[in-house]
Amino acid sequence: MIHWNSFADFIAMGGYGFYVWGSFGLTALIMIVEPIVVVRNRKSTIARLKRQLRAETRNTAE
Amino acid sequence: MKDRFNLYRFASPATFYPLAGTLIPWFVALSVVFGLAGLWLGMLVAPTDFQQGEGYRIIFIHVPASWMSMFIYLIMAGWAAIGLAFNTRLSGMMAQALAPTGALMAFLSLWTGALWGKPMWGAWWVWDARLTSELILLFLYIGYMALTAAIDDAKRADKAGGLLLLVGVVNIPIIYFSVKWWNTLHQGSSVNLTKSSMAETMLWGMLLMAMCFWMYSIAIALMRVRTIMLERERHTDWVKAELLGKAGEGK
Repeated sequence: MIHWNSFADFIAMGGYGFYVWGSFGLTALIMIVEPIVVVRNRKSTIARLKRQLRAETRNTAE
Repeated sequence: MKDRFNLYRFASPATFYPLAGTLIPWFVALSVVFGLAGLWLGMLVAPTDFQQGEGYRIIFIHVPASWMSMFIYLIMAGWAAIGLAFNTRLSGMMAQALAPTGALMAFLSLWTGALWGKPMWGAWWVWDARLTSELILLFLYIGYMALTAAIDDAKRADKAGGLLLLVGVVNIPIIYFSVKWWNTLHQGSSVNLTKSSMAETMLWGMLLMAMCFWMYSIAIALMRVRTIMLERERHTDWVKAELLGKAGEGK
């Protein structure tokens, strides 16, 4: 079922290792980093909006 | 105000926001499942290509990324058309949430294409019709993001960005048909509705990877649109309730 004879074969990709892993590597990196950036941005946005909201309600209460 | 049961209800951010929140984990899970299945078939099971050896395996991300770069643009243009015609608030937010992912897909398409072109054609880049029109697509994404970011008023930003998206949509059929209309170095499509030039495992591996990219894009766009909604609708009661209530748990 598995096409490769050994792990080294798999890594070598028949001599195309650099090109294949260069493609998959950057794609994986982007698909890991993009969600992290989005979640971080969401957390900081929520924190900022909460601060603003609290400041507003304090002002109107006075 | 009682909830009236109709489809338009979901075009309102106050109802779309919680819906998107419950859907995100499902799209993430589907993306992981499709991705693992696609990688298993494509990288471990699929046979060697008789012409390109093992180098062809780049196809398992090159084609899904290229498809997504075009689909996402079409979806953004669709939202732009709806936004310009009906003046709906959600459309501009959706287009903005999709743009960075679309740009990344276009970039990945070019990156993996370069890494594929070098061993097969002997060149990282050629000014071929397919490659050039895909590069223009990347510039359209960047142009849209720069334009909307440069206009402070969200409504005007959506309108200007929407017009750019609609004008640029002419590029999509050019990308798609470029390998037919011109003599390009880029190979023709390997997948057709009627017949496919690929082995069965290769084809399924690629389709599973395409599904993975779809689910990933939907999940990340929904995550992004929820933040945009909070930001833009911060003066409404539902956002205030959201901020004071459960939004604090950092979901």
